[in-house]
Amino acid sequence: MTIIEISQLHKTYSLAKGAIQVNALAGIDLQLERGEYIAIMGPSGSGKSTLLNVLGCLDRPTQGRYLLDGADVAQLDDNALSDVRSKKLGFIFQSYNLLPQLTVLENIEVPLYYQGRSEKESRIKALELAEAVGLADRIRHKPTELSGGQQQRVAVARALVNDPVLILADEPTGNLDSKTGLEILDIMDRLHSGGKTLVVVTHDDGIAGRAKRIIQLRDGLIESDTRN
Amino acid sequence: MILFRLKRTIKLGVKSLTRHMLRSVLTMLGMVFGVGAVVAMLAVGEGASYESQERIKRLGSLKIIINSVKLSADEESSDKTNFTAIYGLKYTDAEIIQSTLPQADVILRMRSVRKDVFYRNRQMNSNIISTVPWYPGVTNQKLEKGRFFTSIDMRSKLPVCVIGAAVEKRLFPCEESLRKQVVFEGNAFSVIGVLESAGSESDPEETKELTDVNSAILIPLTTSLERFGDIRMERKTGSFTREQVELHRIIVKVKRVEDVVKASDVISGVLAKTHTSKDYEIIVPLEMLEEIRRSARMFSMVLGMIAAISLLVGGIGIMNIMLASVTERTREIGIRRALGAKKRDIIIQFLSETMVLSLVGGVLGLGLGIGMPMLIEMFTDMKIIFTAWSLILSFSISAVVGLVFGLYPAWRAAGMDPIEALRHE
Repeated sequence: MTIIEISQLHKTYSLAKGAIQVNALAGIDLQLERGEYIAIMGPSGSGKSTLLNVLGCLDRPTQGRYLLDGADVAQLDDNALSDVRSKKLGFIFQSYNLLPQLTVLENIEVPLYYQGRSEKESRIKALELAEAVGLADRIRHKPTELSGGQQQRVAVARALVNDPVLILADEPTGNLDSKTGLEILDIMDRLHSGGKTLVVVTHDDGIAGRAKRIIQLRDGLIESDTRN
Repeated sequence: MILFRLKRTIKLGVKSLTRHMLRSVLTMLGMVFGVGAVVAMLAVGEGASYESQERIKRLGSLKIIINSVKLSADEESSDKTNFTAIYGLKYTDAEIIQSTLPQADVILRMRSVRKDVFYRNRQMNSNIISTVPWYPGVTNQKLEKGRFFTSIDMRSKLPVCVIGAAVEKRLFPCEESLRKQVVFEGNAFSVIGVLESAGSESDPEETKELTDVNSAILIPLTTSLERFGDIRMERKTGSFTREQVELHRIIVKVKRVEDVVKASDVISGVLAKTHTSKDYEIIVPLEMLEEIRRSARMFSMVLGMIAAISLLVGGIGIMNIMLASVTERTREIGIRRALGAKKRDIIIQFLSETMVLSLVGGVLGLGLGIGMPMLIEMFTDMKIIFTAWSLILSFSISAVVGLVFGLYPAWRAAGMDPIEALRHE
């Protein structure tokens, strides 16, 4: 089953009041099946982040088609895009992006809060995921009381709490030392074997090596699409 | 469901606020003092207005007071050959008023002349008020002891008198005053009653009447007329005046408050016809009361306005902090947006924080605004009155301030681009 179907995707930024046009994405075609684990690579300025933002429904393409889970999301309004993010997507960031005033458990619950799920239901689901990432004994801690690896595991749990059809990760091991980075990669491997669809943006070959498909971007275009 | 969501939103807001406890408390202080000031000011204003109204009410809101006024030299209609100034209210005026005003309850006639009064070897200069038996009822004057003179005393023109508290103190410092004879103008009057001391109010309009009563001697009008006539003579250094005044004051008391203004119009019409010159004045305490109410309302409003400015300042303080907070939490906004928060959710989040700040500040302010004036009342004799509407008003103002000054920061937060916000360090 196809999760992502993109054709002729363009994203153009206007700089200096329209005097300069920058083509961040210059016509991308991409299909992604359910359960795929892909890595997007490329030098900086190649359009990785822009593609991730568009895939993550944080940004709208200037032109082109984007079907996510069978629905056209290319030109939805802000409200509808928020809904899509809340119900279908999970994000893992390089710098974890946990909310410092909330506990581990509350951080995991945040996406469910915006779905309007009940407190009780959210709690049960969040506890389940805290356990799955091995943080059951840390649920009352604040993020600042955790190590980097633990924080990223909380972020992974948060990305999974809404049962997303697609998980997007942006340099998930970028802020971690190699040992804890491996822990996170192991978790992602487990997610993949559990049937989750994963898109990872990275320039670390080690990570890319674990993905089953590697897409190389250059100047806003797909340079190569290889399967391991 | 919505209520449920609200509870969680508020919980979330409180959590964010307690993260910067000191900052939140300081921000709230503006609100606390603002609401406190409004409540306190309104209570003080209300108290002041109540006091002045009470003072006028004591003067009698059902009464119309007509005084004789001496004309200035050039318009005096005096009989020059006789050196006698003739002016003021006439006995007939009282009768005309009585007959044209069926709704008038009682009409009190008064004459007052200053005379030296003697008892044995003691002497004092006292105000001799000639009046009618229903004087105590109309003026609410109570008797310390003895009785007031009656219609019988009046008809028989008996030489009886009722003396003020100060007179008794002066002339009878250590003996019983009742049934003793005081002498003035060569006439002996026996004391049949003593007036209760009329307090020490310092209202200018009242002083005339009250201090007069304390050091006054009251005698029947008929007796006065028979023994002393209408002419009042006064000798001053180098001059000598003769005045002929029949009545110095007429007090008309009506039965209902609604009749006061009507009656005073009738009286002024009647007197205008019978008097060629304006040698009288009409005082209507009710009109004064209304005047005072009006000015009290103004006073309260001005006080409230001043206090409201401090509320405004408090509101601006909250907005300032919330704007800083929005900038500081740009990243949080980005994260929440990425995790599925709609613009609306962000607005509600920040607005609820502002509302929590201003409402908690409002409640504390109510406490302060009630507590402070109560303390002041305890240690001074200032009158403080809290009205329900002033409490409700100031609390709702704090809610409105929270809403108004919270909207802009919340709108700014919601308007942020999620990608930019996520990138924010």
